[in-house]
Amino acid sequence: MSRIQNRFTELEKSGQKALVTYVMVGYPSHKDTLSAVRGLIEGGADIIELGFPFSDPLADGPVIQHASTISLEKGTKMAQFLNLVKQIRKESQIPLVLMTYTNILYSKGYQKFFKMAKEAGLDGLITPDMTVEESKEYLKAAKNAQLDTIFLVSPNTSKARLLQIVKQTTGFLYLVAVFGTTGVQNKIQNYTISALKETKKIAKGKVPVGIGFGISTPNDIKSYVKHGADAAIVGSALIKLIEKTPSNKIQKTVASFTRQLKSATK
Amino acid sequence: MKIKFPKDGRFGEFGGKYIPETLVPAIEELEQNYLKYKNDPDFKKELNYYLTEYAGRPTPLYYAKNLTQKIGGAKIYLKREDLLHGGAHKINNTLGQALLAKRMGKTRIIAETGAGQHGVATAMACAALGLKAEVYMGYKDTIRQKLNVFRMNLLGCKVHAVKAGSQTLKDAINEAIRDWITNVEDTYYLLGSAVGPHPYPVMVRDFQAVIGEEIKQQIKAFGKETPDTVIACVGGGSNAIGTFYPLVDSKTEIIGVEAAGQGLKSGMHSATLSAGTKGVLHGMMTYLLQDSEGQIQETHSISAGLDYPGVGPEHSYFKDQKRVKYVSATDKEVIDAFLMLTRTEGIIPALESSHAIAEAIKLAKKRPKTDAIVVTLSGRGDKDVEVVQENVKNSK
Ligand SMILES: Cc1ncc(COP(=O)(O)O)c(C=O)c1O
Repeated sequence: MSRIQNRFTELEKSGQKALVTYVMVGYPSHKDTLSAVRGLIEGGADIIELGFPFSDPLADGPVIQHASTISLEKGTKMAQFLNLVKQIRKESQIPLVLMTYTNILYSKGYQKFFKMAKEAGLDGLITPDMTVEESKEYLKAAKNAQLDTIFLVSPNTSKARLLQIVKQTTGFLYLVAVFGTTGVQNKIQNYTISALKETKKIAKGKVPVGIGFGISTPNDIKSYVKHGADAAIVGSALIKLIEKTPSNKIQKTVASFTRQLKSATK
Repeated sequence: MKIKFPKDGRFGEFGGKYIPETLVPAIEELEQNYLKYKNDPDFKKELNYYLTEYAGRPTPLYYAKNLTQKIGGAKIYLKREDLLHGGAHKINNTLGQALLAKRMGKTRIIAETGAGQHGVATAMACAALGLKAEVYMGYKDTIRQKLNVFRMNLLGCKVHAVKAGSQTLKDAINEAIRDWITNVEDTYYLLGSAVGPHPYPVMVRDFQAVIGEEIKQQIKAFGKETPDTVIACVGGGSNAIGTFYPLVDSKTEIIGVEAAGQGLKSGMHSATLSAGTKGVLHGMMTYLLQDSEGQIQETHSISAGLDYPGVGPEHSYFKDQKRVKYVSATDKEVIDAFLMLTRTEGIIPALESSHAIAEAIKLAKKRPKTDAIVVTLSGRGDKDVEVVQENVKNSK
């Protein structure tokens, strides 16, 4: 069983849901990313998504776009991501997921890169511009390397398509809460709740369902958990917090915010 | 070698649809509607009406006698897309897609633009058909093509200046896609070149293929079954694929010209097919200008319309199949070609189109007088006179 699956099984036993948190590699600096990750672990996050910057992040809103730009300006390379994963693995067994765009993975070679990433300690992949139609080589390589493939679905995804996507998904399924890019904050929409219920129905007994995009408070998490989410994913809100916190306080501040978020999943 | 409508959206290994899941239903809806209407007699009739009565088709195939004599080789013919309403080939595509959007019941149109020609052509088609349009344009492009920003504003179209990334065409596309993800229900994304996820590359090619179809007919009047050579400039590749596609199964030599900017070795260019590697951007697998980490590189061209690090997937396919030869022209060669055509023929070409002229000038010298070289003059150069003036001044 993968670290991700394990974590969901353990949580289920203790009647909890998963808190999934996102940080951008190399933002605001490489040292700060590690501090933030330590804060996430200390605060009780269940899964960590490591965003790797891409020059053209077309599914991302302004907050993550900005973080990508800064990270790239600082010269972030894949080698640093692998080192970060290795470093985290020395300290923790928390499940780690890479979130980036297809071209980054393709340019490294799916087979070769996934194997290296797995050896470093990575557990799964989220690739927002990878559709099931185009995923044959990607899936094969991920399977070989034993990495979970976390696909995204949207409130407008048809039932037939949901079934098809669930089939290729391992770890958890990622429901995009809103029509929009990452970071869009809105009050919780009725269409999101219907989509969550529908997705849960289809994924039930196969994969847990996480929900993300625009989640920023413990209250958001509580509402989604109430309507059946197995995991809540928080990204832009954390990036914004890290952005305004001085380096030497990042770990502590992130830990304390994470604790508040985590309490909403219990 | 022709691929009419690839079911899986692929030209060989190129193309496909690499898109956020939210856009999948929209892309599927588009594909179904395009397939439904493309052979529908009423749709074809209406499109043909607008192309003829509104845009000014067919465009002439003009024998450039003075230029030919000056060079002293093969005969050069110009396919005068610059004479179309709006001043470029872009209107062929915007009329087609705007009519489709209307039939799909979409009320809001968004588009990206580089040089501003596609933005203007979108604004015109939408004004004519009673649709609302908003256009994304890189901030840098809004400065160097400000005349077109005014034109769009006059046409009642909102222009969003995009300040992210390199502030050019690729960033305008990113922002248009983000808008589409956010407003997917009522919005139609009217893409301006033969790029993006399937079915855009096929659909835009089909709407632009009228260029090549007319060339095939018109060249007969000059005693040729088909041209010996056709040449077109390649940005995203829409005027080029429209010129090439109807001739792919003939014996015609086909040449696409990319922007070599300050030279291929300088790193300051946008010659994707000449210097790129395979990758995925804007929903398609294609050749890209990228670094070894898969980050897309900044490009350079004197012409905003060619300043793009990707290229339509069908061109990548024709390159690998060796059916089309892709070459490039530097900024300097382009200015020289611009001036030469302007002075010999009294035709002011767009800087984009001047890339194709530059190649024709090089090639005609080497070819016999009996040869016919057809150059697609994709647009007129009014929008470029300021840039040209500065370049001429600086080189003195
Ligand atoms: C006159 C003209 N020609 C060519 C192009 C390049 O586009 P494409 O390669 O799609 O024909 C543009 C784009 O703005 C243009 O304005």
